[in-house]
Amino acid sequence: MSADTALCADPNYNFAYIDEQTKRMIRRALLKAVSIPGYQVPFGSREMPLARGWGTGGIQVTAALIGPLDRLKVIDQGADDTTNAVAIRSFFSRVTGVETTQKVAEATIIQTRHRIPERPLTEDQILVYQVPQPEPLRKLEPSEVETRNMHAWEEYGLMQVRLYEDIARFGHVATTYSYPVMVNDRYVASPTPIPKFDNPKMNMMPALQLFGAGREKRIYAIPPYTKVRSLDFDDHPFTVQSWTQPCTLCGARDSYLDEVIVDDSGGRIFVCSDTDHCEGRRELGHVGPAEDSERST
Amino acid sequence: MYVAVKGGEAAIRATHDLVAQMRRGDPCVPELDTRQIREQMKLAVARVMNEGSLYDEDLAALALKQSQGDAVEAAFLMRAYRTTLPRFGSSAPLDTARMAIRRRISAAFKDLPGGQVLGPTYDYTHRLFDFALEAAGLTAAPAVTPGGAPLDESMPRVPDILGSEGLMEPERALPDDPAPCDVTREPAEFPIDRDGRLQMLARGDEGFLLGLAYSVQRGFGANHPFAGEIRMGETSVRYRPEDLGFEIDLGEITVTECQMINQFSGSKDAPPQFTRGYGFAFGHSERKAMSMAIVDRSLKCRDLGEAADYPAQKEEFVLYHCDTIEASGFVEHLKLPHYVDFQGELELIRKIRREHDERAAEPALFTPSEAAE
Amino acid sequence: MSATIDDMRARAAAPPAPILQVENVARYYGERVGCRDVAFDLWPGEVLGVVGESGSGKSTLLRCLAGLDTPSAGHIRFDDDGVLLDIHALPEPARRALMRRAWGIVHQNPRDGLRMDVSAGGNVGERLMDRGARHYGQIRARAADWLGRVEIDPARIDDPPRRFSGGMQQRLQIARVLVSEPRLVFMDEPTGGLDVSVQAKLLDLLRVLVRDLGIAAVIVTHDLAVARLLTDRLMVMKDGRVIEQGLTDQVLDDPQQAYTQLLTSAVLV
Repeated sequence: MSADTALCADPNYNFAYIDEQTKRMIRRALLKAVSIPGYQVPFGSREMPLARGWGTGGIQVTAALIGPLDRLKVIDQGADDTTNAVAIRSFFSRVTGVETTQKVAEATIIQTRHRIPERPLTEDQILVYQVPQPEPLRKLEPSEVETRNMHAWEEYGLMQVRLYEDIARFGHVATTYSYPVMVNDRYVASPTPIPKFDNPKMNMMPALQLFGAGREKRIYAIPPYTKVRSLDFDDHPFTVQSWTQPCTLCGARDSYLDEVIVDDSGGRIFVCSDTDHCEGRRELGHVGPAEDSERST
Repeated sequence: MYVAVKGGEAAIRATHDLVAQMRRGDPCVPELDTRQIREQMKLAVARVMNEGSLYDEDLAALALKQSQGDAVEAAFLMRAYRTTLPRFGSSAPLDTARMAIRRRISAAFKDLPGGQVLGPTYDYTHRLFDFALEAAGLTAAPAVTPGGAPLDESMPRVPDILGSEGLMEPERALPDDPAPCDVTREPAEFPIDRDGRLQMLARGDEGFLLGLAYSVQRGFGANHPFAGEIRMGETSVRYRPEDLGFEIDLGEITVTECQMINQFSGSKDAPPQFTRGYGFAFGHSERKAMSMAIVDRSLKCRDLGEAADYPAQKEEFVLYHCDTIEASGFVEHLKLPHYVDFQGELELIRKIRREHDERAAEPALFTPSEAAE
Repeated sequence: MSATIDDMRARAAAPPAPILQVENVARYYGERVGCRDVAFDLWPGEVLGVVGESGSGKSTLLRCLAGLDTPSAGHIRFDDDGVLLDIHALPEPARRALMRRAWGIVHQNPRDGLRMDVSAGGNVGERLMDRGARHYGQIRARAADWLGRVEIDPARIDDPPRRFSGGMQQRLQIARVLVSEPRLVFMDEPTGGLDVSVQAKLLDLLRVLVRDLGIAAVIVTHDLAVARLLTDRLMVMKDGRVIEQGLTDQVLDDPQQAYTQLLTSAVLV
């Protein structure tokens, strides 16, 4: 890869679309966010050519970070070829000309919606989350003035009340995604709608985690090797989802699975949500029970 | 055997071609020219400029053509383009008292200095189809006979007239007259000052603001507004470049301004007075300017010490939700795949139902929630 | 966990220092006087009543004392285990933390003090969770215990307060405040808006709880019967000033001020 890759970028736009002044503004917000892990930093979110709610926060964060030598991976729901991922990847290809990849191991920046890759990330990588609602307390308290005070005063009893109510009603915490976390023992933060399955990956992650909420105009961050604890009770500890069956395609038993309906009568199979993980395993020769049985017959 | 959901990229490219085809419609019908839209769809152009937050009639016309007339989509195009524009400064404040009036009415006074100027409006038409418009090429605009006397050069604004009597709440500059905030550069912070509020309302969705204004009138709010004045016409935009040292004229824009007058009973500290709500919009946009003025007044409740019981009085509710682009983007993002999260919900509901069934099957000694105790 | 009831009793019996010292507190609204020149000491375990007609300034005073409103003048000092804190000089986070830890406020309208869509157990448990309790079973057990103490059937622990009667809601609010064993409680017309028969039962309950826990309390009421039953000492307010104060029985049985005489003669107490 050569440094003049950027020459392929659309000449009608500045590198990475937004102007350099705006990039500096976003970088300042990012620096502040990294300095106060979990704290939501307001920033002058710009309008992007993608719709609000479709990743404009993540796009702005990536645009402020990306350089000509970066390799970008974009995933949505764990997959590289879902509509949102395709749209964002082609946007950055067009306005930066940088190389893109579908392999986690090759990427320097991974922009994601709703998943953390199964493969552990390294210190050389940055994970950029698209965030629809940065405020973990919003469902409990609609006013921004109030929630900012609650964070400032560390008044998080209400958050715990919500978990209490779930256990009282269902016997479980009934939150399966956007499961709130305590960052660095100080700020309660929303892990964005990743499944709670991915929450433990956030804890002490070697990669830098950045969160951009474009519509809500907030940026927050979890620096490398930061403590991230999912809220729970001593006698109802946090647990993640598990499946009784492995991935139909690659046989993985430790990855997050998507359910796919295969016929009209409710027949279904389960496959890895992380497509790169699944393909990598199959390339190494792993097979799932379906392929196994097909082969044996 | 199931095939993984691949090939998304090609399918997405195909949607671009399909939408272009749909936009063109029947190729036997002549294609729209953006100049036609600019000249003959002026009110749509104005709405797109308002919610797109950018005064450019040609671009707004292009946006309308590209979006097949979808005003929200068109405003979005304007906003996305606006982001890329460099900002070289701020214009001098517009002096609407000196604008070239094409329409100016007051519902609060029968007559007033400068007079009532009806101008172009649908207000006094019957909403009957003019089938003559169907037959293209036959409709030359009628010749307009000018009114008897030329309009006054300067028309005082009605609230200013009342103000000289002390009956109207004055518009006071903040201490030290700071530069107004810019909600397109810095995120709004709540509670928000009036500069930010007016900017957000000016960019806000006409339909949403109209509904809120209507709710105020119907009693979900404490005010009975009078249309103190609505004026529409042309005004020049003046700018003073740093290195030039004097103002230059950047051109003329069409604007609509509305000032609503509301009763206010006064408090222990202040005698009764009228208060005002302010609305301003690009182009000829009376409905938008009036709605904005009513909602602006409604949101003054905090400053005036009024209770804030109704939706139109809650600034976070109104201002966070009035932006067309943010609202449509977030509602429509539900079309994006959410199957990872939905999978989590599926697992949970199955688990809870399974436990429920197991419980129902055995004699209930305790509920599972108490089992841990 | 923080102080037990025995600690509370021990503290109440210890050589006395006032838990709250109020010095020339005033609150003005522009030209209008909310209250002025209010000064008193409140001792651990003591219940002080503030009576007066509406507009006399008693609710304004309570809001200043409870940290909900800022006085225009004067000082309010709280004895935080030997450390005297000027509550309105504290930075807001510290004041809020103090309020969560050491105080409780019982509102006249239970809707102002409860979360109406959270279960009774969640309502009572919130204060514990605010203070770091993280054991679901223990939180729930204490909530059930407190429901019993305020005579709500613990079987209703998962019902939201909107399914409760007005009297039950008020008892639930009291449980929510007292579960964290605050050292000081502020009550604003705690029996207002309730039927007379329900009032009597609630008063009885409050009297027992406050005595048992040795809590210091300031109770604002326009109802002299409430004052008679609950308070040790009484302040009578009129036009924003304290015009008479003393032991409750003394004030009610032998009022010195003409206004107090009028108040006491208006009702049978």
